[in-house]
Amino acid sequence: MLKVDSINVYYGGIHALKGVSLEVREGEIVTLIGANGAGKSTTLRTISGLIKPKNGQIEFEGKNITGVPAHHIVSLGISQVPEGRRVFANMSVLENLELGAYLRQDAKGVEADMAQVFERFPRLAERKSQLAGTLSGGEQQMLAMGRALMSRPRLLLLDEPSMGLAPLLVKEIFAIIKDINAGGTTILLVEQNANMALSIADTAYVLETGRITLSGTAKELSQSEAIRKAYLGG
Amino acid sequence: MRDLTKRDLLSLAACLVIYAAVQGLITLDVIGPFWQLNIVLICINIILAVSLNLINGFTGQFSIGHAGFMAVGAYLSAVMTVKLQLPFPVAIAAGAVAAGVLGFIIGLPTLRLKGDYLAIATLGLGEIIRITILNIPYVGGASGFMGIPRYTNFTWVFLLMVFTVFVIKNFINSSHGRACISVRENEIAAEAMGVDTTKYKVLAFTLGAAFAGVAGALFSHYFYIAHPASFTFMRSFDILTMVVLGGLGSISGSITGAILLTFISAALASYPEWRMVIYSIALIVLMLYRPQGLFGNKELSLKMFSRVTGGGQRGAA
Repeated sequence: MLKVDSINVYYGGIHALKGVSLEVREGEIVTLIGANGAGKSTTLRTISGLIKPKNGQIEFEGKNITGVPAHHIVSLGISQVPEGRRVFANMSVLENLELGAYLRQDAKGVEADMAQVFERFPRLAERKSQLAGTLSGGEQQMLAMGRALMSRPRLLLLDEPSMGLAPLLVKEIFAIIKDINAGGTTILLVEQNANMALSIADTAYVLETGRITLSGTAKELSQSEAIRKAYLGG
Repeated sequence: MRDLTKRDLLSLAACLVIYAAVQGLITLDVIGPFWQLNIVLICINIILAVSLNLINGFTGQFSIGHAGFMAVGAYLSAVMTVKLQLPFPVAIAAGAVAAGVLGFIIGLPTLRLKGDYLAIATLGLGEIIRITILNIPYVGGASGFMGIPRYTNFTWVFLLMVFTVFVIKNFINSSHGRACISVRENEIAAEAMGVDTTKYKVLAFTLGAAFAGVAGALFSHYFYIAHPASFTFMRSFDILTMVVLGGLGSISGSITGAILLTFISAALASYPEWRMVIYSIALIVLMLYRPQGLFGNKELSLKMFSRVTGGGQRGAA
Protein backbone atom coordinates (compact mmCIF):
# COMPACT_ATOMS: atom_id res chain seq x y z
CA MET A 1 0.00 0.00 0.00
CA LEU A 2 2.71 2.46 1.05
CA LYS A 3 6.28 2.12 -0.14
CA VAL A 4 9.00 4.44 1.04
CA ASP A 5 12.13 3.99 -1.03
CA SER A 6 15.47 5.30 0.29
CA ILE A 7 14.43 8.85 1.11
CA ASN A 8 16.96 11.42 2.24
CA VAL A 9 15.79 14.39 4.26
CA TYR A 10 17.85 17.36 5.36
CA TYR A 11 17.11 20.11 7.87
CA GLY A 12 19.47 22.73 6.55
CA GLY A 13 22.85 21.06 6.85
CA ILE A 14 21.65 18.26 9.10
CA HIS A 15 21.13 14.94 7.38
CA ALA A 16 18.04 13.70 9.27
CA LEU A 17 17.00 10.67 7.23
CA LYS A 18 19.69 8.65 5.50
CA GLY A 19 18.10 6.46 2.89
CA VAL A 20 15.09 5.26 4.85
CA SER A 21 13.01 2.56 3.18
CA LEU A 22 9.95 0.87 4.56
CA GLU A 23 6.78 -0.77 3.41
CA VAL A 24 3.25 -0.83 4.79
CA ARG A 25 0.94 -3.53 3.51
CA GLU A 26 -2.81 -3.10 3.43
CA GLY A 27 -4.60 -4.01 6.66
CA GLU A 28 -1.45 -4.04 8.79
CA ILE A 29 -0.31 -2.11 11.79
CA VAL A 30 3.28 -1.15 11.11
CA THR A 31 5.32 0.50 13.81
CA LEU A 32 8.41 2.59 13.61
CA ILE A 33 10.29 2.64 16.91
CA GLY A 34 13.44 4.36 18.00
CA ALA A 35 14.95 6.78 20.47
CA ASN A 36 14.52 10.53 20.63
CA GLY A 37 15.87 12.25 17.55
CA ALA A 38 16.17 9.08 15.50
CA GLY A 39 13.99 10.58 12.76
CA LYS A 40 10.68 8.85 13.44
CA SER A 41 8.54 11.95 13.26
CA THR A 42 10.54 13.23 10.31
CA THR A 43 9.69 10.04 8.45
CA LEU A 44 5.98 10.51 9.13
CA ARG A 45 6.04 14.17 8.24
CA THR A 46 7.77 13.36 4.98
CA ILE A 47 5.12 10.80 4.10
CA SER A 48 2.32 13.24 4.89
CA GLY A 49 3.94 15.93 2.77
CA LEU A 50 4.83 18.41 5.50
CA ILE A 51 8.50 18.00 4.62
CA LYS A 52 9.95 17.35 1.18
CA PRO A 53 12.68 14.73 0.79
CA LYS A 54 15.82 15.65 -1.11
CA ASN A 55 15.66 12.41 -3.03
CA GLY A 56 14.09 8.99 -2.88
CA GLN A 57 10.52 8.06 -3.64
CA ILE A 58 7.27 7.56 -1.76
CA GLU A 59 4.57 5.50 -3.39
CA PHE A 60 0.99 5.14 -2.18
CA GLU A 61 -1.33 2.62 -3.82
CA GLY A 62 0.94 2.53 -6.85
CA LYS A 63 1.04 6.33 -7.25
CA ASN A 64 4.19 8.37 -6.74
CA ILE A 65 3.36 10.90 -4.02
CA THR A 66 6.85 12.30 -3.41
CA GLY A 67 6.68 16.06 -2.95
CA VAL A 68 2.87 16.24 -3.15
CA PRO A 69 1.78 19.02 -0.76
CA ALA A 70 0.25 17.98 2.56
CA HIS A 71 -3.24 19.27 1.90
CA HIS A 72 -3.38 17.15 -1.22
CA ILE A 73 -2.12 14.00 0.49
CA VAL A 74 -5.23 13.98 2.69
CA SER A 75 -7.48 13.74 -0.33
CA LEU A 76 -5.54 10.65 -1.47
CA GLY A 77 -6.56 8.79 1.69
CA ILE A 78 -3.69 9.37 4.11
CA SER A 79 -4.47 11.15 7.34
CA GLN A 80 -2.04 12.14 10.06
CA VAL A 81 -2.45 12.56 13.80
CA PRO A 82 0.39 14.98 14.46
CA GLU A 83 2.73 14.70 17.41
CA GLY A 84 1.58 16.51 20.51
CA ARG A 85 -2.02 16.18 19.33
CA ARG A 86 -2.36 19.73 18.02
CA VAL A 87 -6.10 20.09 18.38
CA PHE A 88 -7.66 23.45 17.48
CA ALA A 89 -7.73 24.69 21.06
CA ASN A 90 -10.23 27.53 20.67
CA MET A 91 -12.71 25.49 18.71
CA SER A 92 -15.30 23.13 20.11
CA VAL A 93 -14.92 19.36 19.87
CA LEU A 94 -17.60 19.34 17.19
CA GLU A 95 -15.85 22.02 15.12
CA ASN A 96 -12.59 20.11 15.38
CA LEU A 97 -14.25 17.03 13.97
CA GLU A 98 -15.95 19.04 11.24
CA LEU A 99 -12.56 20.34 10.16
CA GLY A 100 -11.34 16.78 9.95
CA ALA A 101 -13.91 16.28 7.21
CA TYR A 102 -12.88 19.52 5.57
CA LEU A 103 -12.25 18.03 2.13
CA ARG A 104 -15.38 15.89 2.01
CA GLN A 105 -18.47 16.86 0.07
CA ASP A 106 -20.82 14.06 1.16
CA ALA A 107 -22.72 15.56 4.09
CA LYS A 108 -24.51 12.29 4.82
CA GLY A 109 -21.31 10.27 4.98
CA VAL A 110 -19.73 12.87 7.22
CA GLU A 111 -22.69 12.68 9.58
CA ALA A 112 -22.45 8.90 9.72
CA ASP A 113 -18.72 9.05 10.40
CA MET A 114 -19.28 11.65 13.09
CA ALA A 115 -21.73 9.31 14.80
CA GLN A 116 -19.15 6.54 14.52
CA VAL A 117 -16.45 8.68 16.10
CA PHE A 118 -18.77 9.51 18.99
CA GLU A 119 -19.55 5.83 19.38
CA ARG A 120 -15.87 4.99 19.49
CA PHE A 121 -15.06 7.86 21.82
CA PRO A 122 -18.07 8.35 24.10
CA ARG A 123 -16.10 10.90 26.11
CA LEU A 124 -16.03 13.19 23.08
CA ALA A 125 -19.78 12.93 22.69
CA GLU A 126 -20.20 14.14 26.26
CA ARG A 127 -17.97 17.10 25.55
CA LYS A 128 -19.26 18.01 22.09
CA SER A 129 -19.54 21.75 22.65
CA GLN A 130 -16.59 22.09 25.01
CA LEU A 131 -13.52 23.93 23.73
CA ALA A 132 -10.85 21.44 22.71
CA GLY A 133 -8.15 23.26 24.67
CA THR A 134 -9.95 22.52 27.92
CA LEU A 135 -9.93 18.74 27.40
CA SER A 136 -7.51 16.51 29.26
CA GLY A 137 -4.46 15.10 27.47
CA GLY A 138 -6.08 11.75 26.84
CA GLU A 139 -9.26 13.34 25.56
CA GLN A 140 -7.26 15.57 23.25
CA GLN A 141 -5.50 12.51 21.86
CA MET A 142 -8.88 10.90 21.25
CA LEU A 143 -10.09 14.06 19.56
CA ALA A 144 -7.00 14.20 17.35
CA MET A 145 -7.58 10.59 16.33
CA GLY A 146 -11.29 11.13 15.78
CA ARG A 147 -10.52 14.20 13.72
CA ALA A 148 -8.10 12.24 11.54
CA LEU A 149 -10.70 9.50 11.06
CA MET A 150 -13.22 12.06 9.81
CA SER A 151 -11.43 12.23 6.48
CA ARG A 152 -12.11 8.48 6.14
CA PRO A 153 -8.46 7.59 5.55
CA ARG A 154 -7.25 4.26 4.21
CA LEU A 155 -3.90 4.85 5.88
CA LEU A 156 -3.70 6.48 9.29
CA LEU A 157 -0.38 7.92 10.45
CA LEU A 158 -0.05 8.16 14.23
CA ASP A 159 2.79 10.16 15.75
CA GLU A 160 3.52 9.23 19.37
CA PRO A 161 -0.04 8.74 20.57
CA SER A 162 1.24 7.73 24.02
CA MET A 163 3.13 10.98 24.57
CA GLY A 164 2.48 12.49 27.98
CA LEU A 165 -0.34 10.15 28.89
CA ALA A 166 -0.85 8.09 32.05
CA PRO A 167 -0.12 4.35 31.64
CA LEU A 168 -3.77 3.41 31.98
CA LEU A 169 -4.76 5.87 29.25
CA VAL A 170 -1.95 4.60 27.03
CA LYS A 171 -3.48 1.14 27.26
CA GLU A 172 -6.87 2.53 26.36
CA ILE A 173 -5.50 4.45 23.38
CA PHE A 174 -3.65 1.39 22.06
CA ALA A 175 -6.79 -0.73 22.37
CA ILE A 176 -8.58 1.88 20.28
CA ILE A 177 -5.79 1.83 17.68
CA LYS A 178 -6.19 -1.92 17.39
CA ASP A 179 -9.90 -1.50 17.05
CA ILE A 180 -9.56 1.11 14.30
CA ASN A 181 -7.25 -1.28 12.48
CA ALA A 182 -9.77 -4.10 12.85
CA GLY A 183 -12.27 -1.81 11.12
CA GLY A 184 -10.10 -1.90 8.00
CA THR A 185 -7.81 1.12 8.35
CA THR A 186 -4.14 0.48 7.78
CA ILE A 187 -1.94 2.08 10.40
CA LEU A 188 1.60 3.38 10.53
CA LEU A 189 2.48 4.03 14.15
CA VAL A 190 5.49 5.96 15.38
CA GLU A 191 6.30 5.31 19.03
CA GLN A 192 8.91 5.65 21.70
CA ASN A 193 6.99 3.25 23.87
CA ALA A 194 8.39 0.22 22.03
CA ASN A 195 6.79 -2.28 24.35
CA MET A 196 3.25 -1.14 23.69
CA ALA A 197 3.88 -0.56 19.99
CA LEU A 198 5.31 -4.03 19.42
CA SER A 199 2.43 -5.61 21.32
CA ILE A 200 -0.16 -4.47 18.79
CA ALA A 201 1.88 -4.23 15.56
CA ASP A 202 2.30 -6.77 12.78
CA THR A 203 5.54 -5.42 11.36
CA ALA A 204 8.15 -3.22 12.96
CA TYR A 205 11.09 -1.08 11.90
CA VAL A 206 13.79 0.25 14.19
CA LEU A 207 15.18 3.66 13.35
CA GLU A 208 18.54 4.83 14.71
CA THR A 209 20.01 8.25 13.88
CA GLY A 210 18.30 8.43 10.52
CA ARG A 211 18.82 4.85 9.41
CA ILE A 212 16.65 1.73 9.57
CA THR A 213 18.81 -0.71 11.51
CA LEU A 214 16.40 -3.56 12.06
CA SER A 215 13.11 -4.75 10.68
CA GLY A 216 10.90 -7.79 10.89
CA THR A 217 7.65 -8.98 12.34
CA ALA A 218 6.77 -7.38 15.64
CA LYS A 219 7.03 -10.76 17.32
CA GLU A 220 10.57 -11.35 16.07
CA LEU A 221 11.69 -7.93 17.17
CA SER A 222 10.19 -8.14 20.61
CA GLN A 223 12.17 -11.32 21.17
CA SER A 224 15.41 -10.00 19.74
CA GLU A 225 18.14 -9.61 22.33
CA ALA A 226 19.40 -6.27 20.97
CA ILE A 227 15.93 -4.72 20.99
CA ARG A 228 15.17 -5.93 24.48
CA LYS A 229 18.35 -4.38 25.78
CA ALA A 230 18.00 -1.09 23.92
CA TYR A 231 14.27 -0.37 24.06
CA LEU A 232 12.38 -2.77 26.26
CA GLY A 233 14.30 -2.37 29.47
CA GLY A 234 16.24 -5.64 29.66
CA MET B 1 -31.41 27.95 7.47
CA ARG B 2 -34.68 29.80 8.05
CA ASP B 3 -33.26 31.09 11.27
CA LEU B 4 -30.36 32.55 9.39
CA THR B 5 -32.41 34.42 6.80
CA LYS B 6 -34.61 35.76 9.56
CA ARG B 7 -31.59 37.05 11.39
CA ASP B 8 -30.23 38.55 8.17
CA LEU B 9 -33.49 40.38 7.58
CA LEU B 10 -33.41 41.66 11.13
CA SER B 11 -29.86 43.01 10.69
CA LEU B 12 -30.87 44.58 7.40
CA ALA B 13 -33.83 46.28 9.08
CA ALA B 14 -31.56 47.52 11.86
CA CYS B 15 -29.14 48.95 9.28
CA LEU B 16 -31.98 50.73 7.49
CA VAL B 17 -33.24 52.24 10.74
CA ILE B 18 -29.76 53.48 11.67
CA TYR B 19 -29.25 54.87 8.19
CA ALA B 20 -32.63 56.63 8.15
CA ALA B 21 -32.06 58.06 11.61
CA VAL B 22 -28.59 59.44 10.88
CA GLN B 23 -29.47 60.66 7.40
CA GLY B 24 -32.58 62.30 8.84
CA LEU B 25 -30.58 64.08 11.52
CA ILE B 26 -28.07 65.25 8.91
CA THR B 27 -30.82 66.64 6.65
CA LEU B 28 -32.45 68.38 9.63
CA ASP B 29 -29.06 69.92 10.47
CA VAL B 30 -29.10 68.42 13.96
CA ILE B 31 -25.73 66.81 13.19
CA GLY B 32 -23.34 69.56 12.23
CA PRO B 33 -20.39 69.34 9.87
CA PHE B 34 -17.95 68.33 12.62
CA TRP B 35 -19.91 65.26 13.63
CA GLN B 36 -20.79 64.51 10.04
CA LEU B 37 -17.10 64.28 9.35
CA ASN B 38 -16.64 61.94 12.29
CA ILE B 39 -19.54 59.74 11.29
CA VAL B 40 -17.99 59.33 7.85
CA LEU B 41 -14.65 58.59 9.52
CA ILE B 42 -16.27 56.01 11.77
CA CYS B 43 -17.69 54.17 8.77
CA ILE B 44 -14.36 54.27 6.92
CA ASN B 45 -12.57 53.06 10.03
CA ILE B 46 -15.04 50.21 10.43
CA ILE B 47 -14.25 49.08 6.89
CA LEU B 48 -10.53 49.23 7.68
CA ALA B 49 -10.79 47.52 11.07
CA VAL B 50 -13.07 44.70 9.93
CA SER B 51 -10.91 43.98 6.89
CA LEU B 52 -7.72 44.01 8.97
CA ASN B 53 -9.39 41.71 11.47
CA LEU B 54 -9.92 39.18 8.70
CA ILE B 55 -6.13 39.04 8.27
CA ASN B 56 -4.93 39.52 11.86
CA GLY B 57 -7.78 38.19 13.95
CA PHE B 58 -9.32 35.39 11.95
CA THR B 59 -6.40 34.11 9.91
CA GLY B 60 -3.80 34.95 12.57
CA GLN B 61 -1.34 36.68 10.22
CA PHE B 62 0.06 39.72 11.96
CA SER B 63 -0.01 42.44 9.31
CA ILE B 64 0.63 46.13 9.98
CA GLY B 65 0.74 47.48 6.45
CA HIS B 66 -2.94 48.25 6.03
CA ALA B 67 -2.36 51.97 5.41
CA GLY B 68 -0.35 51.05 2.31
CA PHE B 69 -3.30 49.28 0.70
CA MET B 70 -5.54 52.13 1.74
CA ALA B 71 -3.17 54.53 -0.04
CA VAL B 72 -3.33 52.48 -3.22
CA GLY B 73 -7.13 52.66 -3.20
CA ALA B 74 -7.10 56.36 -2.39
CA TYR B 75 -4.71 57.34 -5.17
CA LEU B 76 -5.89 55.00 -7.87
CA SER B 77 -9.52 55.99 -7.42
CA ALA B 78 -8.48 59.64 -7.54
CA VAL B 79 -6.64 59.08 -10.81
CA MET B 80 -9.79 57.43 -12.15
CA THR B 81 -12.13 60.31 -11.28
CA VAL B 82 -9.81 63.28 -11.79
CA LYS B 83 -7.54 62.28 -14.66
CA LEU B 84 -9.77 59.83 -16.49
CA GLN B 85 -13.15 61.40 -15.63
CA LEU B 86 -14.65 58.04 -14.75
CA PRO B 87 -17.68 57.70 -12.46
CA PHE B 88 -17.14 57.24 -8.71
CA PRO B 89 -18.34 53.61 -8.43
CA VAL B 90 -15.89 52.57 -11.15
CA ALA B 91 -13.13 54.40 -9.28
CA ILE B 92 -13.96 52.60 -6.02
CA ALA B 93 -13.98 49.24 -7.75
CA ALA B 94 -10.68 50.01 -9.46
CA GLY B 95 -9.13 51.05 -6.15
CA ALA B 96 -10.32 47.84 -4.53
CA VAL B 97 -9.04 45.66 -7.36
CA ALA B 98 -5.66 47.40 -7.44
CA ALA B 99 -5.20 47.08 -3.68
CA GLY B 100 -6.34 43.45 -3.82
CA VAL B 101 -3.95 42.59 -6.65
CA LEU B 102 -1.11 44.26 -4.79
CA GLY B 103 -2.09 42.35 -1.64
CA PHE B 104 -1.94 39.13 -3.62
CA ILE B 105 1.47 39.90 -5.11
CA ILE B 106 2.88 40.96 -1.74
CA GLY B 107 1.12 38.20 0.16
CA LEU B 108 2.52 35.30 -1.85
CA PRO B 109 6.14 35.74 -0.75
CA THR B 110 5.67 37.42 2.64
CA LEU B 111 3.05 35.13 4.13
CA ARG B 112 5.68 32.44 4.47
CA LEU B 113 6.93 34.52 7.36
CA LYS B 114 5.40 34.20 10.79
CA GLY B 115 4.61 36.47 13.72
CA ASP B 116 7.05 39.31 14.27
CA TYR B 117 8.81 38.71 10.97
CA LEU B 118 5.62 39.11 9.00
CA ALA B 119 4.79 42.23 11.03
CA ILE B 120 8.14 43.81 10.13
CA ALA B 121 7.82 42.83 6.48
CA THR B 122 4.31 44.29 6.16
CA LEU B 123 5.38 47.42 8.02
CA GLY B 124 8.18 47.85 5.50
CA LEU B 125 5.91 47.18 2.53
CA GLY B 126 3.42 49.77 3.73
CA GLU B 127 6.21 52.33 3.83
CA ILE B 128 7.49 51.28 0.39
CA ILE B 129 4.06 51.89 -1.08
CA ARG B 130 3.84 55.30 0.57
CA ILE B 131 7.32 56.39 -0.50
CA THR B 132 6.77 55.16 -4.03
CA ILE B 133 3.64 57.30 -4.26
CA LEU B 134 5.53 60.22 -2.72
CA ASN B 135 7.91 60.09 -5.68
CA ILE B 136 5.39 59.95 -8.49
CA PRO B 137 4.85 63.54 -9.77
CA TYR B 138 1.82 62.38 -11.80
CA VAL B 139 -0.17 62.02 -8.58
CA GLY B 140 1.19 65.14 -6.90
CA GLY B 141 4.26 63.73 -5.17
CA ALA B 142 5.01 65.17 -1.76
CA SER B 143 2.38 67.90 -1.95
CA GLY B 144 -0.38 65.34 -2.42
CA PHE B 145 -3.03 64.71 -5.04
CA MET B 146 -5.26 67.79 -4.97
CA GLY B 147 -8.56 68.73 -6.48
CA ILE B 148 -10.36 65.46 -5.88
CA PRO B 149 -14.12 65.99 -6.06
CA ARG B 150 -16.10 65.21 -2.90
CA TYR B 151 -18.19 62.28 -4.06
CA THR B 152 -18.18 60.52 -0.72
CA ASN B 153 -21.16 61.20 1.48
CA PHE B 154 -22.85 59.41 4.34
CA THR B 155 -24.91 57.24 1.99
CA TRP B 156 -21.82 55.94 0.20
CA VAL B 157 -19.78 55.16 3.30
CA PHE B 158 -22.69 53.57 5.09
CA LEU B 159 -23.60 51.42 2.10
CA LEU B 160 -20.04 50.23 1.60
CA MET B 161 -19.50 49.68 5.31
CA VAL B 162 -22.57 47.42 5.48
CA PHE B 163 -21.38 45.67 2.33
CA THR B 164 -17.91 45.09 3.81
CA VAL B 165 -19.23 43.71 7.07
CA PHE B 166 -21.72 41.53 5.23
CA VAL B 167 -19.12 40.05 2.87
CA ILE B 168 -16.51 39.43 5.57
CA LYS B 169 -19.03 38.00 8.03
CA ASN B 170 -20.31 35.56 5.43
CA PHE B 171 -16.79 34.66 4.41
CA ILE B 172 -15.93 33.87 8.03
CA ASN B 173 -19.01 31.71 8.45
CA SER B 174 -18.32 29.76 5.26
CA SER B 175 -16.06 26.75 5.01
CA HIS B 176 -13.37 29.14 3.71
CA GLY B 177 -13.64 31.07 6.94
CA ARG B 178 -13.34 27.89 8.95
CA ALA B 179 -10.20 27.08 7.02
CA CYS B 180 -8.78 30.54 7.84
CA ILE B 181 -9.54 30.11 11.53
CA SER B 182 -7.94 26.66 11.52
CA VAL B 183 -4.77 28.27 10.13
CA ARG B 184 -4.80 30.68 13.05
CA GLU B 185 -5.40 27.93 15.58
CA ASN B 186 -2.73 25.57 14.37
CA GLU B 187 -1.15 25.75 10.98
CA ILE B 188 0.35 22.26 11.00
CA ALA B 189 -2.87 20.61 12.09
CA ALA B 190 -4.77 22.60 9.47
CA GLU B 191 -2.38 21.44 6.77
CA ALA B 192 -2.74 17.87 8.05
CA MET B 193 -6.53 18.19 7.73
CA GLY B 194 -6.19 19.02 4.06
CA VAL B 195 -6.48 22.81 4.32
CA ASP B 196 -4.31 24.56 1.73
CA THR B 197 -2.85 26.96 4.27
CA THR B 198 -0.92 29.12 1.80
CA LYS B 199 -4.03 29.60 -0.31
CA TYR B 200 -6.16 30.74 2.61
CA LYS B 201 -3.52 33.03 4.04
CA VAL B 202 -3.12 34.73 0.66
CA LEU B 203 -6.89 34.79 0.12
CA ALA B 204 -7.52 36.52 3.45
CA PHE B 205 -4.69 38.96 2.80
CA THR B 206 -5.99 39.79 -0.69
CA LEU B 207 -9.57 40.25 0.47
CA GLY B 208 -8.47 42.40 3.41
CA ALA B 209 -6.28 44.54 1.15
CA ALA B 210 -9.12 45.03 -1.35
CA PHE B 211 -11.44 46.38 1.33
CA ALA B 212 -8.67 48.67 2.57
CA GLY B 213 -8.60 49.96 -1.02
CA VAL B 214 -12.34 50.68 -0.82
CA ALA B 215 -11.78 52.60 2.41
CA GLY B 216 -8.96 54.55 0.77
CA ALA B 217 -11.17 55.52 -2.18
CA LEU B 218 -13.89 56.77 0.18
CA PHE B 219 -11.27 58.63 2.22
CA SER B 220 -9.68 60.58 -0.65
CA HIS B 221 -13.07 61.49 -2.13
CA TYR B 222 -14.20 62.98 1.15
CA PHE B 223 -11.20 65.13 2.00
CA TYR B 224 -10.62 66.56 -1.53
CA ILE B 225 -7.00 65.43 -1.29
CA ALA B 226 -4.87 62.30 -1.05
CA HIS B 227 -1.66 63.04 0.79
CA PRO B 228 1.20 60.59 1.50
CA ALA B 229 1.28 61.81 5.12
CA SER B 230 -2.21 60.36 5.62
CA PHE B 231 -0.93 56.87 5.02
CA THR B 232 2.07 56.54 7.30
CA PHE B 233 2.51 53.56 9.59
CA MET B 234 0.75 55.57 12.30
CA ARG B 235 -2.49 54.96 10.41
CA SER B 236 -1.75 51.24 10.25
CA PHE B 237 -1.23 51.29 14.01
CA ASP B 238 -4.49 53.18 14.51
CA ILE B 239 -6.38 50.48 12.62
CA LEU B 240 -4.53 47.73 14.44
CA THR B 241 -5.41 49.36 17.75
CA MET B 242 -9.10 49.32 16.87
CA VAL B 243 -8.90 45.64 16.00
CA VAL B 244 -7.01 44.67 19.15
CA LEU B 245 -9.18 46.86 21.36
CA GLY B 246 -12.36 45.28 20.04
CA GLY B 247 -10.96 41.78 20.11
CA LEU B 248 -9.01 39.82 17.52
CA GLY B 249 -11.45 37.50 15.84
CA SER B 250 -14.62 39.45 16.55
CA ILE B 251 -16.34 41.50 13.86
CA SER B 252 -18.61 43.27 16.33
CA GLY B 253 -15.47 43.94 18.36
CA SER B 254 -13.79 45.67 15.41
CA ILE B 255 -16.90 47.75 14.79
CA THR B 256 -17.02 48.78 18.44
CA GLY B 257 -13.29 49.48 18.48
CA ALA B 258 -13.55 51.67 15.39
CA ILE B 259 -16.51 53.63 16.78
CA LEU B 260 -14.97 54.03 20.20
CA LEU B 261 -11.53 55.17 19.09
CA THR B 262 -12.83 57.52 16.38
CA PHE B 263 -15.19 58.98 18.97
CA ILE B 264 -12.44 59.40 21.56
CA SER B 265 -10.21 61.09 18.97
CA ALA B 266 -13.01 63.45 18.04
CA ALA B 267 -13.97 64.21 21.63
CA LEU B 268 -10.36 65.05 22.44
CA ALA B 269 -9.87 67.17 19.32
CA SER B 270 -9.82 70.36 21.37
CA TYR B 271 -7.09 69.00 23.65
CA PRO B 272 -4.62 67.69 21.06
CA GLU B 273 -1.80 67.50 23.62
CA TRP B 274 -3.84 65.12 25.78
CA ARG B 275 -5.26 63.01 23.00
CA MET B 276 -2.41 60.56 22.68
CA VAL B 277 -1.95 60.36 26.44
CA ILE B 278 -5.54 59.34 27.12
CA TYR B 279 -5.52 57.06 24.09
CA SER B 280 -2.43 55.29 25.40
CA ILE B 281 -3.71 55.01 28.96
CA ALA B 282 -6.95 53.48 27.68
CA LEU B 283 -4.93 50.87 25.81
CA ILE B 284 -2.66 50.07 28.76
CA VAL B 285 -5.64 49.63 31.08
CA LEU B 286 -7.37 47.44 28.55
CA MET B 287 -4.32 45.21 28.05
CA LEU B 288 -3.91 44.86 31.82
CA TYR B 289 -7.50 43.95 32.58
CA ARG B 290 -8.80 42.55 29.33
CA PRO B 291 -5.92 41.39 27.12
CA GLN B 292 -8.27 39.55 24.75
CA GLY B 293 -9.96 42.84 23.80
CA LEU B 294 -13.47 44.01 24.60
CA PHE B 295 -15.18 41.11 22.90
CA GLY B 296 -12.45 38.48 22.81
CA ASN B 297 -13.37 36.35 19.82
CA LYS B 298 -17.09 36.41 20.56
CA GLU B 299 -19.69 38.23 18.55
CA LEU B 300 -22.24 40.59 19.98
CA SER B 301 -25.57 38.81 19.90
CA LEU B 302 -28.91 38.68 21.63
CA LYS B 303 -27.75 35.43 23.19
CA MET B 304 -25.07 37.39 25.00
CA PHE B 305 -27.72 39.45 26.77
CA SER B 306 -29.78 36.45 27.75
CA ARG B 307 -26.66 34.92 29.27
CA VAL B 308 -26.04 38.06 31.29
CA THR B 309 -29.60 38.06 32.56
CA GLY B 310 -29.28 34.51 33.78
CA GLY B 311 -30.98 32.42 31.10
CA GLY B 312 -29.45 30.97 27.99
CA GLN B 313 -27.04 28.21 27.35
CA ARG B 314 -23.70 28.26 25.60
CA GLY B 315 -24.57 27.76 21.94
CA ALA B 316 -23.20 24.66 20.28
CA ALA B 317 -22.48 26.89 17.25
